[in-house]
Amino acid sequence: MVLYLAVSMSMFFIGAAGVVVRRNPVVVFMCIELMLNAVNLTFLTFARYAPSPLIERADSTWMAGQMMVIFVMAVAAAEVAVGLGIIMAIYRVRANVDVDEMSSMSG
Amino acid sequence: MDINALLPTDMNGWAHLGIVGSLSGLAVLTAIGVVAFNSPIRSALSLVLNFFTLAFIYFSLGAELLGITQIVVYTGAIMVLFLFVIMLLNLSADDPSQYKRDAKPVFAGIIGLVVFGLLATAVLAPLKAINQISAPDRNEFNPIGWGSPQAVGKTLFTGYVWPFEMISLLLLVGIVGSILLARRKVTS
Repeated sequence: MVLYLAVSMSMFFIGAAGVVVRRNPVVVFMCIELMLNAVNLTFLTFARYAPSPLIERADSTWMAGQMMVIFVMAVAAAEVAVGLGIIMAIYRVRANVDVDEMSSMSG
Repeated sequence: MDINALLPTDMNGWAHLGIVGSLSGLAVLTAIGVVAFNSPIRSALSLVLNFFTLAFIYFSLGAELLGITQIVVYTGAIMVLFLFVIMLLNLSADDPSQYKRDAKPVFAGIIGLVVFGLLATAVLAPLKAINQISAPDRNEFNPIGWGSPQAVGKTLFTGYVWPFEMISLLLLVGIVGSILLARRKVTS
């Protein structure tokens, strides 16, 4: 269990460092995906090794983590579709795509 | 702290540890590759490898349906979308000379390592005692097991119908939103 959690934690922090360091918005999105997958792995590990006894439905007791992973995947798919659409829209306005230079929304 | 408590006791356990350990190393290496590669297309291919490795880690956890879903959804759909956008935008590699002028990568690395160490000592240390799998494996008393399509589907359509429908609504809104964003403005 510790091995799985260590992998998940490393992936999450590599992704977080990538979001801070990289300038290309597409790569920043990839790092966000990396973090989401790390969280998915944590959900699955806990669902496998230490499932929650809090759910009263008898047939759902072991499945809460897997359900959450499915929902995270769906949300990630929607997020990628919308986010890449935004990047395309920004690229249409200005040719240079750099996160540090996108400051038109700051107050 | 006794390291022997973490090690498996039988041959089967050693094989499992070896497979999962090599998969974990590959996952971490490809994750580093996503951040470290300069060109976006190499980052994307590294991420594809990472998702494949994660799918096999899911298999080793016994979640068969989620491993297959990981391959289909992430490496099949999301990464193709990423590669498509990279090709469409014709993104070039970052200029490495830009990175030398500030210390952001160094700060990010130091802060990440410090938080990683804190969390590892705070979270991982108490969890070392949990070595036993609690979720029910497939056996003669429980034929559908834990991560099989039957088990997941049964739970998804009984106890989790309401969030499932909400997810479908969210995906619909995502489709409409991305079409609206990608639509070319009609100028008269």
